Amino acid sequence: MLFFSYFKDLVGREVTVELKNDLAIRGTLHSVDQYLNIKLENTRVVDQDKYPHMLSVRNCFIRGSVVRYVQLPPEGVDIELLHDATRREARGG
Amino acid sequence: MSAGPGLESLVDQTISVITNDGRNIVGVLKGFDQATNIILDESHERVYSTKDTVKQTKAFHLGLRSLLLGCLLKPHCDFANPVIGGMEGVQQLVLGLYIIRGDNISVVGELDEDLDSSLDLSKLRAHPLKPVIH
Repeated sequence: MLFFSYFKDLVGREVTVELKNDLAIRGTLHSVDQYLNIKLENTRVVDQDKYPHMLSVRNCFIRGSVVRYVQLPPEGVDIELLHDATRREARGG
Repeated sequence: MSAGPGLESLVDQTISVITNDGRNIVGVLKGFDQATNIILDESHERVYSTKDTVKQTKAFHLGLRSLLLGCLLKPHCDFANPVIGGMEGVQQLVLGLYIIRGDNISVVGELDEDLDSSLDLSKLRAHPLKPVIH
């Protein structure tokens, strides 16, 4: 639940999602759900010459289960808030 | 649960699906569920290869042979699936009505028809996508 809320706060930001098939897609975070499925807008594949498979795709849905990393904008990361939240979670509250 | 990134907005639109084994299937989204199982109508697979035209002609017989072999190995690639793209660049295999289990789906992209028609598939070359490794 923590990361679901965390990603919800990042809606509207530019992120890069790296998938477990090495494809990396950059776009504006449109929405996220409880499975951490992600919807991106204005997408572009990071290495378009190597991966032209999504040249005609501007908006996409990424299944949470295939996400390896989400690269966030530095200004979107509040480390203090995350520290507090993860400690609370670890305590079971 | 609040409305997340469901696929509602894509119903009856042309979408491009990338599966976990690296296949790219294009079709009209007819239905979906919680687990991202999807129903695609009028679908076709886009098969990418790196072969250029000259090599393609030379390798034509070899290609036919591997196509036959492929039919033995892959049930989806039989002669009931006509190839509608040429023998070069991106080939398109007609699949028809397809249901894809959510487990096997990586990405569902909204296909921009204008952008797509501006693409020259016969000139596109690419390695097949790698399979997803969990």
